[in-house]
Amino acid sequence: MECLRLEHIGQIYHAHNGEETAIRDVSFTVEKGELLSIVGPSGCGKSTLLSIVAGLLPPTSGQVFLGGEPLRGYSPRIGYMLQKDNLLEWLTIYQNTLLGLRIRHTLTPRTRMRAETLLRTYGLWPFRDRFPSQLSGGMRQRAALIRTLAVSPDVLLLDEAFSALDYQTRLEVTDDVYAILKQEGVTTLMVTHDIPESISMGDRVLVLSGRPAVVREILPIVFEGGARTPLFCREHPAFTGYFQHIWKELSAHGETG
Amino acid sequence: MAKQDNVSVQQRQYLRREKRYARRVLLCQLGLLIAFLILWEVAGRLGWIDPFIFSGPSRIWQTTRALWNEGLLRHVAVTVGETLAGFLLGALVGTGLAVLLWFSPFLSRVGEPYLVVLNSLPKIALGPVIIVIAGAGTRAIVLMALAISLIVTVLEMLGGFHRTDAELIRMARSFGAGRAQIFRYIVFPYNVPTLFGSLKINIGLSLVGVIAGEFLVSRAGLGYLIVYGGQVFRLDLVMTGVTILTVVAALMYESVALLQKWVMRRYGH
Repeated sequence: MECLRLEHIGQIYHAHNGEETAIRDVSFTVEKGELLSIVGPSGCGKSTLLSIVAGLLPPTSGQVFLGGEPLRGYSPRIGYMLQKDNLLEWLTIYQNTLLGLRIRHTLTPRTRMRAETLLRTYGLWPFRDRFPSQLSGGMRQRAALIRTLAVSPDVLLLDEAFSALDYQTRLEVTDDVYAILKQEGVTTLMVTHDIPESISMGDRVLVLSGRPAVVREILPIVFEGGARTPLFCREHPAFTGYFQHIWKELSAHGETG
Repeated sequence: MAKQDNVSVQQRQYLRREKRYARRVLLCQLGLLIAFLILWEVAGRLGWIDPFIFSGPSRIWQTTRALWNEGLLRHVAVTVGETLAGFLLGALVGTGLAVLLWFSPFLSRVGEPYLVVLNSLPKIALGPVIIVIAGAGTRAIVLMALAISLIVTVLEMLGGFHRTDAELIRMARSFGAGRAQIFRYIVFPYNVPTLFGSLKINIGLSLVGVIAGEFLVSRAGLGYLIVYGGQVFRLDLVMTGVTILTVVAALMYESVALLQKWVMRRYGH
């Protein structure tokens, strides 16, 4: 079932020294419960694309549809997780996870319970009264994810959500987050410049070109045998094939570096 | 974070070194003060400097004791009261204006050159006008303190608001936060340290305003004591006034610093 659809999205930036096309005619759909990862060179407009879906930036042209209905500006059905965890250092982990609900005026005993359940399920309950600075990078990222999931979004946007972490933590968090997303059944649109990450997490990988960003290819990722986790995928024999395919796709189109 | 219960020998040594270092700094600070006081006293007694003009620690001590019986505390209270009034007004009105300017980027742009010019204007030059408006009394003195601290506060706070981590604001916006919510949840708490920074500057500035005001119009306060001492050529009185003023300024600054520590601990910064 279709959950999110982008139709002919284009974005032009205006500045004093001229205008620049960041995105040109991007269209794709994301199925319900699916994780679509978007991979592309740095600065190709991936984050711009997410900002548009999140309603933070009106597109110059085109239309986003959520559950078949056109999306105009900000929608509470979309959750957005940025590159940094952006936890507020002056609030405890517990208060941080309630922030989204507070801002949306939807903090009720029921939603509070959901946030608490998420904290319990994903191992942060013992740390609820700590401040972010007392937690490891991976735990912080998990807290940020819980803050986003606490508002029960239909679609989750992940914007390079792991790139601020060191490699070791990153692999762990990727596994962690993947498990959480699949368990909660959240439809996810993830942006990354890391090819292995896009393959190991994505049900499909969408390859974007450099500026202006256009869709190069949408590649279904299938790993057979065993329960799929990002680490499992990375060790799977099919992984290298996907990697080389995407690598070629990215470098074949005049990417000079 | 280091565990406190199971401390290794190296850790203990490290802590001891740190402690020793801190003690050495403190010792040198005290030593400097004492050396200065002794030098001052000796220089006066041996006639290197004229004690009539430069006074000396023992003369200041005597003058302080004499003043104590003549109501020194009242003078201190007047100055502290006026400073606090100017300081609180400056912090409140200044922060208020900064909030207003943050809410309206347009207003902020329009007001920018005026703020810059007003900031470099020596506010004491407005003294005569302030006295005419507010009358020769406490009100004029408080207004003077306000005039001096206000613009700095506005600039400090507005600058802090604008330096708020843009990513945090983006995060709040991704939850649909409006401008008021962004301010309440992100920008203001983020700038609690800025607020205290500007409060610390303001204590000093308000004191400048109050003393300048007391020089012009007053019948009480440390500024009055200093000006009076100058007029009747009792420079002991001037130096005593300045010394007490130094102590008062230091104490007020420390109180703000303590308040900051307390608030920060509660805020978890």
